[in-house]
Amino acid sequence: MKPPTELDLASAPAEVATDNPVQGIDQTAGNFSYNVNYEFDAGTGLTEETVRYISAVKKEAPWILDFRLKALQTFRDKPMPTHWATKDLENINFDKIRYYLSQGQKPKRTWDEVPDDIKKTFERLGIPEQERKFLAGVEAQFDSEAAYSNIKDIVAKQGVIFMNSTEALREHPEIFRKFFGKVIPTGDNKFSALNSAVFSGGSFIYVPKGVKVAQPLQAYFRINAENFGQFERTLIIADEGAEVVYMEGCTAPKFSTSTLHSAVVELVALKGARIQYITVQNWANNVFNLVTKRGVAHEEATIKWIDCNIGSRLTMKYPGVVLKGRKARGEVISIALANDGQHQDTGAKMIHAADETTSNIVAKSISVGQGRSTYRGVVHIPKHLKGCKNNTECDALLINSNSRTDTYPAITVRGDANYVQHEASVSKVSEEQIFYMQQRGLTEAQAMSLSVNGFINDLASQFPMEYSVELKRLIDLEMEGSVG
Amino acid sequence: MSQLEIKDLNISIGEKAIVKGFSLTIKSGEVHAIMGPNGTGKSTLAKAVAGHPDYTITGGDVLLDGQSILAMQPDERARAGLFLAFQYPSEIQGVTIANFLRAAVQARLAEGEELDATAYYKRLYTKMDLLKIDRKFTSRAVNDGFSGGEKKRCEILQMAMLEPKFALMDETDSGLDIDALRIVAEGVNAMRGPNLGMLMITHYQRLLDYIVPDFVHVMWDGRIVRSGEKDLALELEAKGYDWVKTELARA
Repeated sequence: MKPPTELDLASAPAEVATDNPVQGIDQTAGNFSYNVNYEFDAGTGLTEETVRYISAVKKEAPWILDFRLKALQTFRDKPMPTHWATKDLENINFDKIRYYLSQGQKPKRTWDEVPDDIKKTFERLGIPEQERKFLAGVEAQFDSEAAYSNIKDIVAKQGVIFMNSTEALREHPEIFRKFFGKVIPTGDNKFSALNSAVFSGGSFIYVPKGVKVAQPLQAYFRINAENFGQFERTLIIADEGAEVVYMEGCTAPKFSTSTLHSAVVELVALKGARIQYITVQNWANNVFNLVTKRGVAHEEATIKWIDCNIGSRLTMKYPGVVLKGRKARGEVISIALANDGQHQDTGAKMIHAADETTSNIVAKSISVGQGRSTYRGVVHIPKHLKGCKNNTECDALLINSNSRTDTYPAITVRGDANYVQHEASVSKVSEEQIFYMQQRGLTEAQAMSLSVNGFINDLASQFPMEYSVELKRLIDLEMEGSVG
Repeated sequence: MSQLEIKDLNISIGEKAIVKGFSLTIKSGEVHAIMGPNGTGKSTLAKAVAGHPDYTITGGDVLLDGQSILAMQPDERARAGLFLAFQYPSEIQGVTIANFLRAAVQARLAEGEELDATAYYKRLYTKMDLLKIDRKFTSRAVNDGFSGGEKKRCEILQMAMLEPKFALMDETDSGLDIDALRIVAEGVNAMRGPNLGMLMITHYQRLLDYIVPDFVHVMWDGRIVRSGEKDLALELEAKGYDWVKTELARA
């Protein structure tokens, strides 16, 4: 079957054109600059030369260069999806973006040069000293290299391959090529095409038949050991009966010089396999975070996305599962927090393509101040299937009256042998509720933070312990910043 | 010994004057009751003293141990020792009573000081035993789906844990059947002592059968029209609020 495309979303109700809430935002906020000598730098702007340069630096096989060049053409041919998405996308200036910075380059600046509020943020998040330096761009590498190779060695004993995509393309082309670009084809959408042309970094994981990886594989260590990926490309394959949990991101704000991040993540769960993919992201609020994530679940396989988005100027992300085999199961748990000047346009896609497949979507969004949350979902169950089930729940929490939230569920269910359930709710943190909590001694920010944590509590408890603790701290910080 | 002094207080909602020249001084250890018909400004008084943003103080002052609290945020007033038991407590989805109280206790510690979790739970369970509250109660989300009686018990438990200097109890008896009323009253009585001053706001005399006040004040049209001891409540009960309207309002 043809995988769904981003354009399927066009079937969702057209967005009513309104004032763009993110216009007039200080785009430099969170984007602190420093002097860097880029030894390997593809320069700004995107041309065929840029793509050839990237491929050459990475010493790639000719088929990959071909793949990249075709993708570049596709990227150029595709229009911006502004007929359904926000017009803010038009503000991305592709000519001013650096598409490739080589690995291992150390940004040169001292800890003293790091702004105080950022140091404070790190402190509040409880990030260890060494990591703070790395995150602030003082050090390009630290212990994570060791931590990563440690994990890598442990899982290697089980035959698991865990390495960066560039490396995997060189060392395991036979596996990579078979699955690469198959779940999310280059032409899926404009940004998947862009990623396909200039991708760099990201993870490659292969878990052999029947192997259950005991500990979660953390991209945090892996990515830190290189450099933050701007155009990450991740491919995870769980062979028959295999199980793996993958965690990416960290809750520390990412101070990036780049304003465009566009990753592609493909998951393949073969018969009876289980993949759980956990993301917690907190971008600086000048970043466009446009990510395509999708998995294919074969017979009796399960794919679960746990996706938490905080920060950024605009995030567009709709993790999806194509339920390809009988009794396959897909799940998306999504939390999005849009603070002032931010737009979280997130959701999920469940494409049922076999009998007795089930899917579950639980999305919770929080809009604060001028922040805006949009839920977009696609659930597709064609007529010839039977015994399919979908459950969708979207809950929105508004904090103060200027917030905006929209829900665009597109559910197409044909035939009468399938079952779909959809619930949506919008609630508001009322003045009365805040007063009640303040009367018990909590500050306004603490009260709001507690409301938000309560709202997402049932989802946050599904996160690994350290992530849910960090998430809570992060919400505290966001709420603190939103009170005048 | 602490003192809460309400001096010639005037309160408006929007343009409308509700409380007009209300004065009352409460000392630690004293239990005062304010009685009066609906709409006379009793609840407005309690919420405004606690700092609710909907109410505007147009005159007078509220002093806690000689210091005006009117410029303080509601949470600062709370931490200074003021507690309001709400007539209609808010629900807080997904936040358990144990966690909520923990946050409230933590908020009273100095910056950087971490709450001792073991000691906290020990104290919480002691208070719960005192109030005859089942242990399971505190793992429920605050007021979420609570009966009227459970909400009031939750308020009393919070009061017990936060150990305020002064408690304003807004219609604590409303919505309670006689058994629930007895349980809540027992809890309040257990907390009575030289360190706590209480102001009970009630429409009915029956609460005062269970929590016997030291002083009773009758409120009418935004101010106190008569003060006395507990007998005044009985007199009021016997003569009804019409007596207030016809006799006391003229005073």
